[in-house]
Amino acid sequence: MKSIKLRGVLAAAAFALAAGAAGSATAETVLRVAMTAADIPDWTGAPDQGYEGYRFAGYTMYDALALWDLSSSDQAADIVPGLATSWEIDPTNNLVWTYHLRADVKFHDGCAWNADSAIWNFSRVMDSASPQFNPRHAAMQGSGVVNVAGVEKIDDLTIKITTKTPASLLPYDLAMFYMISNCGVEAAGNDYAKYGEKPAGTGPYMFDKLVPHERLELVKNAAYWNPDRVPKHDRLVLLPMPEASTRAAALLSGQVDFVEAPSPDTIPVLKDAGMNIVTVPYPHNWDYLLRVDTGPFSDIRVRKAANMAINRQDMVDMLQGVATAGYNTLIESQAWYGTPPIYEYDPEGAKALLEEAGCMPCKVKFGISTSGSGQMQPLPMNELVKEQLDEAGFEVELVPMDWNALINVFFQGAEKSGFDGINFSMAPIDASQGILKKWMTPYAPPSCCNWGFYKNDKVDELGNAALAEFDVEKRNIILTEMNNTVMADAPELFVVHDLNPRALSPKLTGYVQAQSWFQDLTPIVVNP
Amino acid sequence: MWMYALRRLILTIPILLGVTVICFALVQLAPGDPVQSLVRPDATPEQIQSLRAFYGLDQPLVIQYLLWLWRVLGGNFGMSISTNLPVATEVLRAFQNTIVIALISVVIAFIVSMILGVIAATRPGSIVDRLVTAIAVFGISVPTFWLAVVLVIFFAVELGWLPATGMGGGSDTFNYLDWNDFKFAIMPIIALALPPLAIMTRTTRSSLSEILNQDFIQTLRAKGLSEFSIIVHAVRNIMPSAVAMLGLQLGYLIGGSVLVETVFTWPGTGFLLNKAILTRDLPLLQGTILVLATAFVLINLVVDLAQSLVDPRIKRS
Repeated sequence: MKSIKLRGVLAAAAFALAAGAAGSATAETVLRVAMTAADIPDWTGAPDQGYEGYRFAGYTMYDALALWDLSSSDQAADIVPGLATSWEIDPTNNLVWTYHLRADVKFHDGCAWNADSAIWNFSRVMDSASPQFNPRHAAMQGSGVVNVAGVEKIDDLTIKITTKTPASLLPYDLAMFYMISNCGVEAAGNDYAKYGEKPAGTGPYMFDKLVPHERLELVKNAAYWNPDRVPKHDRLVLLPMPEASTRAAALLSGQVDFVEAPSPDTIPVLKDAGMNIVTVPYPHNWDYLLRVDTGPFSDIRVRKAANMAINRQDMVDMLQGVATAGYNTLIESQAWYGTPPIYEYDPEGAKALLEEAGCMPCKVKFGISTSGSGQMQPLPMNELVKEQLDEAGFEVELVPMDWNALINVFFQGAEKSGFDGINFSMAPIDASQGILKKWMTPYAPPSCCNWGFYKNDKVDELGNAALAEFDVEKRNIILTEMNNTVMADAPELFVVHDLNPRALSPKLTGYVQAQSWFQDLTPIVVNP
Repeated sequence: MWMYALRRLILTIPILLGVTVICFALVQLAPGDPVQSLVRPDATPEQIQSLRAFYGLDQPLVIQYLLWLWRVLGGNFGMSISTNLPVATEVLRAFQNTIVIALISVVIAFIVSMILGVIAATRPGSIVDRLVTAIAVFGISVPTFWLAVVLVIFFAVELGWLPATGMGGGSDTFNYLDWNDFKFAIMPIIALALPPLAIMTRTTRSSLSEILNQDFIQTLRAKGLSEFSIIVHAVRNIMPSAVAMLGLQLGYLIGGSVLVETVFTWPGTGFLLNKAILTRDLPLLQGTILVLATAFVLINLVVDLAQSLVDPRIKRS
């Protein structure tokens, strides 16, 4: 009897141990991220909430023909093959691209990725007569395909894309255009609201659960086509937390593991609590877009004076080191950075220039926002800029408004805005957004982003040459010359570049912060 | 009384219409555009215009308003521009998340304020009276936003007793009867309860003091009633105004909890309203305002009816 009892006890103990081991082996690892976004970004393949939406609800669940290489902190991210393994321009016709699609890729719902899927996706945003046309997606993703005239199937894994004008930077545009499951949308009867209940992409994460305005939960795609990017955690929980102090508190209390943009004054507290603060330059520019066709800033001396009046080190110190001095739209690690003028802090020199230009005191009016994507800490930063400019002979009037109103001012353009400048940070993630669309005449409002109506025939000429140059090295030379030409004109008031601070729980390892607005969360290991 | 209630209900219709017209007009006056906040900076004018047309934003304002009203009368609150989800679902979910904590907050505030008000009014000029007054002044003066942040720092970060933010695993599975969920609601409830508690304490104290100085109280004392019985009599006399105050405070909490909900990321109507304003999401804004206005009006109607139950001298006819 004793031996039976003992055997029973031993068996029970062994069972308990095995059950415990099995339980811990299957325990799910969860990465919880606090976003600065005020809401869950659109999760159906056309993210909103700025580039944070692309970061968390775009490149997580979806892929594009090209993707951003987010594996390094040492250089600005560039594109690499994604759902296309390669692409080339037709040597006889510089309007025609051939894209070779990646084989053996499936969407999360099992639908095959192939030329038909690709063409279906282009129609989703380009062909208003197609049953899958989505006006929302067309507006939110259409910028990437606006120069596409047509897409043709060559075979199951090859498509031809014809552009309207020479577009050497098309691969960058298409790196922002996500492919969603045509099977999923068709199964939902082309009802995108229904599709949104179970969206499907090809990305390293799959949709699992959404509680509107509260949380978006994704799970790892163990069958992701790039085995190096299969997530090292099981679940990714995305939580919108627009209030910076709330994000810091959530991290300190263990509610989240990864926090976007902790405010500078919380960083010492977070560090003291053992959190890891990571920073890296990325293509961000905190600046003032200036109206240069008329008004005080139409005179290059006034623009230079403004740049000389800024004590950038003071600004960096106020931000507790989470920014670097800015003298260019681009950051140094970008290939077309060139050799911009470096403005030393010289308020007396600024005053002399203003006297020479006959603008003393020089009255200027800036539109600013109280918050917003990429705007960092706009109120104290603008106050400091105003103080420095006023000391150098300017008389600055700041007109604060909410972010949505400032976006409207941006789209209106300088002429209709009534402002001499606006504090509107931008994301020069590639040459198209950072140089061409910012400075070429055809991109003046309402067409795009040359807010201040900068006009320089040489710059336009170089821009057209760059668009028609398909050799990367040669194009980079043209773009660098173009950027140098523009920077010599001091078309903006440059202040700082954000260093993209993030705060991580010490239990996270493996994260590599890319020099990009987008980040790869897949290598993160969530340790117990 | 039923006729009174019916008449009041009928009168809510023009009130609500007026509220929606004013809300619609105010949003149109504000600069900004819901579509521009969705698209990238390099979106073309044609893309923006196409999306505006899709949402009917290219129509004349009067037509936009009338079309919205027509749909609402048919029970369709439209789709949120920023989330592309049905407004009715959005607002209902947010309203549920707010009404529960608002009710708990205002009930706690009411009970505590009555106790503190009675204590202070029955000991005028004493240390207790001064302490209660100080608490009331503090509660009225302290910015709710600041209080919310301090609560988070103290209870969540320093002590680790309570979670800092959110509704746990999500409002869809939130269970107020489960401690693991309810602890997420504690700090928002405290932050919401303090201002109405302070206001109702002061109101209770001053009203009760006035009643206790009236002749009939002297008569009750002369008749030999205990102090407790006298206080009960006195409190009954202030109940109509206390109930009115409770209703008002509940209405304010339902519609005015933007700051608290933002700090705690509590997905209620305040959070939703804030988001709708910032993104100029007109369908969501109109829908939320309409629901809040309806709730406010109905709460006031209930309060008025409750007053006549509490005080027979008030005849609603």
